[in-house]
Amino acid sequence: MNSLELRASKAQTDARGASTRLVERLGVHNISLLVALAILIIIFGSLRGDVFFSSRNLLNIGLGVTILGVLAMSQTVVIVAGGLDIAVGATVGLTTVSTAMAIQATGSPAAGIVAGLVLGGLAGLVNGIIITYGRVNAVIATLGTMAIFRGIAFIMSDGQSIAIFSDTFRFIGIGRILGLPLLVWILVLTAIAFHLFLARSIVGRNIYALGGNPVVARFSGININRYRVGIYIMSGVAAGLAGILLAARTGSGQPVSGSQGLELEAITAAVLGGCALQGGKGTIVGALLGVAIIGVLNNGMILTSVPTFYQLLAKGSLLILAVVIAEYHLNRT
Amino acid sequence: MTQPEFFSLDGISKRFGVVQALDNVSIAFRPGEVLALVGENGAGKSTMMRILEGVFGPDSGTVRHGATPIVFGEPRDSHRAGIRVIHQEPEIVPNLTVAENIFVGELPRLAGVLLDWRKLEEQTDRVLATFGMQHDMRPRQLCGTLGPAQRQMIEIMRAIRAGGRLIAFDEPTSSLTGDEARRLFSVIRRLREKGTSIIYISHRLNEIIDLADRIVVLRDGRLVDDSPAAGASEQTIARLMVGRNIADLFTRETWRSGEQLLDVAGLTTDRVSDVSLRVRRGEVLGIAGLMGAGRSELAKAIVGYDRRIAGTIAMNGVPVVPNSPHAAIVAGIGFAPEDRKHEALLLFRSILDNASLCVPDKTSSFGFFNRRKALEIVSPLAAKMSIKAPNLDEQVSKLSGGNQQKVVLARWLARQPMLLILDEPTRGIDIGAKAEIYRLIDELAASGIGIILISSEMPELIGLADRVLVMAGGRITAELARPDIDEATILKHAMPQSAPAPGDHIQ
Repeated sequence: MNSLELRASKAQTDARGASTRLVERLGVHNISLLVALAILIIIFGSLRGDVFFSSRNLLNIGLGVTILGVLAMSQTVVIVAGGLDIAVGATVGLTTVSTAMAIQATGSPAAGIVAGLVLGGLAGLVNGIIITYGRVNAVIATLGTMAIFRGIAFIMSDGQSIAIFSDTFRFIGIGRILGLPLLVWILVLTAIAFHLFLARSIVGRNIYALGGNPVVARFSGININRYRVGIYIMSGVAAGLAGILLAARTGSGQPVSGSQGLELEAITAAVLGGCALQGGKGTIVGALLGVAIIGVLNNGMILTSVPTFYQLLAKGSLLILAVVIAEYHLNRT
Repeated sequence: MTQPEFFSLDGISKRFGVVQALDNVSIAFRPGEVLALVGENGAGKSTMMRILEGVFGPDSGTVRHGATPIVFGEPRDSHRAGIRVIHQEPEIVPNLTVAENIFVGELPRLAGVLLDWRKLEEQTDRVLATFGMQHDMRPRQLCGTLGPAQRQMIEIMRAIRAGGRLIAFDEPTSSLTGDEARRLFSVIRRLREKGTSIIYISHRLNEIIDLADRIVVLRDGRLVDDSPAAGASEQTIARLMVGRNIADLFTRETWRSGEQLLDVAGLTTDRVSDVSLRVRRGEVLGIAGLMGAGRSELAKAIVGYDRRIAGTIAMNGVPVVPNSPHAAIVAGIGFAPEDRKHEALLLFRSILDNASLCVPDKTSSFGFFNRRKALEIVSPLAAKMSIKAPNLDEQVSKLSGGNQQKVVLARWLARQPMLLILDEPTRGIDIGAKAEIYRLIDELAASGIGIILISSEMPELIGLADRVLVMAGGRITAELARPDIDEATILKHAMPQSAPAPGDHIQ
């Protein structure tokens, strides 16, 4: 009898319009993000339409958000699992330095990539162990390691920028394949990988369970400590990847510049994208839409000559606004 | 409306979307009378409470005090009218003292600004004495240190102190021990003697028969019965509630247990001491005890959730190692915890997600979730247990308590466990769903699954269990076997003082 009911309701679902199904598939939240994005584009397009819509500028936006995109996606996974990683910006800085130094020492781009990913992973492992086994609040733990990683980056580089002279390595940052920058391709590929991982894989589903309710996750046989450490390692490796991309784009390893404020933007994008800071909620698609909004906002503010200091005000306000909206929705459902 | 001071509902209707929550309900609440309000979940009891509290107004009909209609703009208006609802989760401020919580809003003052502590303490002492609570709490004690029963008492004292003339209790005993419940009943009886109108909502029909003067039964928003409590039985009330005859609720078709399944020896954690027990295939082992006796903690120790200090656990003679929920699951043990919302369900995920949580191996291909496989496993289980939901993608937070419990059971049945531990499986769920769960327990046992049934409801244990272990203070104090399982014997061994000192023998 019940299976009949189920079947009947399925038929009803099919009978509904295609537009309704599109709304269901994308989710109300993502559609409101698309609307917000459209509004931003209309504003900046009407103010500086000549420059804004040029293919050169659109590519600039794409390039600008690659690194942020990777970090926003890994941050989404961390937040869904019920954590937070505010050391990502510092980890990016640290890995640009280690990558540049490895290439300088060996001349091999591969060595640079390995150095970046491994050091990023190690940084994540440190965060994961402190948070999971030291039972330190994630914000405090990564606030501490943020300073530590930045300090290590300064010590390693002696506070200097380290130039990279490998053209092969630089190709990652400035090369093009099929007319699109390699960086954009990398973003697309990592996005697909992240989406499949979080939304479809069993591990990803367990991460939702862990963030949604760690007690339930443990009763269900999920080794939550191993998951927690693993998630921070993943975040570290993603920061390493972002560091490699940043080093390849700027042609140098720098302890600070370029990586400062990335954690703010990554967390903003993730929360804009629908992550609940309590964990258990959030999607990669949403995070990417959040990234697009930040990318357009950054680009538009530069085009319309908003002074840098005011841009900071805008970014900070955006994060707080995103959290306020998220909390509002959480309390209503 | 023969006496002017009655509170009464007159033709109240309330609709939410397509659901007619209340349909032309009229009740008079007489002074000095305990009126029990019963009905399945969704029958309209909470809606009626919300209307009495002034959370929202009725679509039609009026709430009257005597002949005067009361119009509620906000909850304060109902307080002013003398109506108070005591909720399951008492609204008290943990960082304030007992005295402050009772007299909140009317604290005595010195010179208009300072709190008059001496006067407040005097007043509080007087109130505590009226309720016979002077030995349970001190006026200066912080409310955060009180247990659930004491918090509830504070809420009641506050309500009476503030001039409550109609007091509604919404499932007050669900978090109380038997002893605490008995004291609550004596307070309620005292209120009745003083002429207060009482509304009492509970799923525990035996309590209601014991306490109420009049029983009002709601079904699907309609009042189906309003009659004196004298002469009512659990069977007649249950039949009125579900609208059909429920043949003996607690039946088991077969009593046939097979070979040894679970063997727990000397199990000790922070909360349980030296527990040994055995369960056979097809056997239902009941665990009885008062709240805090360590029953849930025993379950958590067996499934490897709590840290084990000493003891061994074996399934089919094979030790379950290491001490982790994962190892217990692999060994074939399933566990449905008491606190469904916090320990069992991912409230914001779908039925399908929740039911497939423990069978990743059967619902995936190459490490990726396979929806088709998951549906093949979950759909038949959902049908078998008649989970009522539009489809399997429904969020479990939107389901009723009974259906939520069925989702938890579906999760474990999907794993085809050999041993299932059910901690208060029927708490807070309506009588129809209860009967279904009893039937399921019987079926599972008949199919050879061993079941540990932790329950505070005596009829449940007596009707379903082959054997009952009684716990007190984290230890097993008695083992009773059919047909010698009865309420008096269980209670005798459940009292904390009857727990033997280490070295003593149970006769």
